[in-house]
Amino acid sequence: MSTKIFKHIQTSVVPLPIENIDTDQIIPARFLKATTRDGFGNNLFRDWRFDNDGNPKQDFVLNNPTYSGKILVAGKNFGCGSSREHAAWALADYGFDAVVSSFFADIFKGNALNNGLLPVQVSDDFLKKLFEVIDADPHAVIEIDLVDQFIKIVKTGEQESFEVNPYKKACMTNGYDDIDYILSKKELVEEFETP
Amino acid sequence: MGFIPIAIVNNRNKKMGQTLFDKIWDAHVVSSNEGFPDILYIDTHFIHEVTSPQAFDGLRTRGLPVFRPQQTVATADHNVPTWDQHLPIKEELSRYQVDMLTKNCAEFGIELYGLGHPFQGIVHVIGPELGITRPGGTYVCGDSHTSTHGAFGAIAFGIGTSQVEQVMATQCLLQSRPKRMKIEVNGKLQKGVGAKDIILYIISQISAAGGTGYAVEYAGDTIRALSMEGRMTICNMSIEMGARCGLIAPDETTINYVKGREFAPKGEEWDKAAAYWQTLYSDEDAEFDSVLSFKAEDIEPMITYGTNPGMGIGVTQHVPETASFEQKEQGSYKKALDYMGLHDDESLLGKPIDYVFIGSCTNSRIEDLREVAQFVKGKHKADNVIVWVVPGSKQVQEQAIREGLDKIFDAAGFPLREPGCSACLGMNEDKIPAGKYCVSTSNRNFEGRQGPNSRTFLASPLTAAASAITGKVTDIREFLKEGELVS
Repeated sequence: MSTKIFKHIQTSVVPLPIENIDTDQIIPARFLKATTRDGFGNNLFRDWRFDNDGNPKQDFVLNNPTYSGKILVAGKNFGCGSSREHAAWALADYGFDAVVSSFFADIFKGNALNNGLLPVQVSDDFLKKLFEVIDADPHAVIEIDLVDQFIKIVKTGEQESFEVNPYKKACMTNGYDDIDYILSKKELVEEFETP
Repeated sequence: MGFIPIAIVNNRNKKMGQTLFDKIWDAHVVSSNEGFPDILYIDTHFIHEVTSPQAFDGLRTRGLPVFRPQQTVATADHNVPTWDQHLPIKEELSRYQVDMLTKNCAEFGIELYGLGHPFQGIVHVIGPELGITRPGGTYVCGDSHTSTHGAFGAIAFGIGTSQVEQVMATQCLLQSRPKRMKIEVNGKLQKGVGAKDIILYIISQISAAGGTGYAVEYAGDTIRALSMEGRMTICNMSIEMGARCGLIAPDETTINYVKGREFAPKGEEWDKAAAYWQTLYSDEDAEFDSVLSFKAEDIEPMITYGTNPGMGIGVTQHVPETASFEQKEQGSYKKALDYMGLHDDESLLGKPIDYVFIGSCTNSRIEDLREVAQFVKGKHKADNVIVWVVPGSKQVQEQAIREGLDKIFDAAGFPLREPGCSACLGMNEDKIPAGKYCVSTSNRNFEGRQGPNSRTFLASPLTAAASAITGKVTDIREFLKEGELVS
């Protein structure tokens, strides 16, 4: 079954310079009762984004019209906590194609890659630079290229390469899916089961 | 139930100097190709109502069955009420999700321990208590606390829903081999300090990200001396330091625990399995990518003050000063303290609290309930505190009632509820109100985890019980000085 293809994006970004953003913040547990993958974007960062009456909190970045774009730039250890894939669905459903941080939690990283949402891990220094650039110019454009594995600040040309598992890269750039791959080896699974 | 790859293990060339993790991993590799993650065979797949519906939908879209339904076990835990479970679930979305699980399990031929079933309970409590979780096995579940099962000397991963679908479709998980870390704890614990304090201490020392990328093996004489339930508490919270999984080599304690359980191997099969389990340990010359060592004597009863499980201190210590953090971390730190309504250098001891929650996959087993009951017998909770005791499973609940613990709890103002995840994540009605403080035996103190704007202090069952009695954050050792606790 094919998934979303990701090769290259160039867009303005949304900064969220908070560390240890856990998946309970990305999508609180009370919104996990849906039985489909759709619509989680409405509740992305729900309790940071809306007050108890459902009114937008003006000081939260997603409610600030100055910032927009398909890349979320966040503090280190992004996506820690619960394994809920709903966090990746919520970010993708909201419209993000990539998340940039200096460190990602393992399960979140896997979930993101399985949903066409690219986690881009950069150095602490590059992350600091990104936040400074966005601070100076909220419309600063960032380029992410998965094929050649680099992230670039378009205006200054500063760039850094990033790591990605070659298999997951092939999946994302071609729209492949893990189940197709394992099913292609089904005879090996059955062989393994035979003592 | 489950698949024991004994023959396959014996047929493989044994390498020198292997870790326990590598021995189990190698015994489950179906296919290993350069540049690809390994295809790892999964012995048992646990599923629950929250992270499975989209996976079942995926199978329908692909036109695939569940490949090995007899190696898949389902229960309803996250959404279920913990009072009047015999009545229909009141909350519509929760009821729908639980009903979907029932329908999906029937359609795909999966055994379901749903509400009303004598085996129902929190997925990480029932797997071990039914003898489904065994040494040397591989277990996954769409739940990060699947690391709990590693306490048996097994590999157990929390996975996302796409991977739930993957395991349903193939009984395999595509996974890259993580790095290996050994965490040793040696020495004698102080009185009043238990497994929960050990793991909260370790996480406070290495941070909520300190284990990321690793499979963590816990070792040392302090760990060895723990019961299976204590070991489950330790492995359960491996994910709270970011680790992919946690595990403890099986020994006599492990084997005695598994023996005779509902689905444990019997007769000749048992003898073969138990003999194999005794080969499961890290070789003396095994190499780890990282080794950490802690002294049991350094561990106080622990409590968290912040909004991730790494933000923990000994109960007599003060909240760290903002200035003690690097500049770039100070903003996040201040945000956490503001959320918690705390300030720099504050002592938590004596801080009034509103709720006490004793439960969750971390601390809801019979030993936890016994320990709390022994302590609260003849005492009564403070008027300002609401206490919830939520057993981890129907079997734990029944056992507690057989032992008369429910009567002790009732007399103390600690009503024994019915099994489920409950206030650990507040997907059912058990939510901590905004702004209120809860001393909780669960595993996460994230913002809003126990209900929107709730404030969580993570602690051990004993610290939680003592705090319920006094109505404020309490050092359990104060009670020990009065000679009120014998253990």
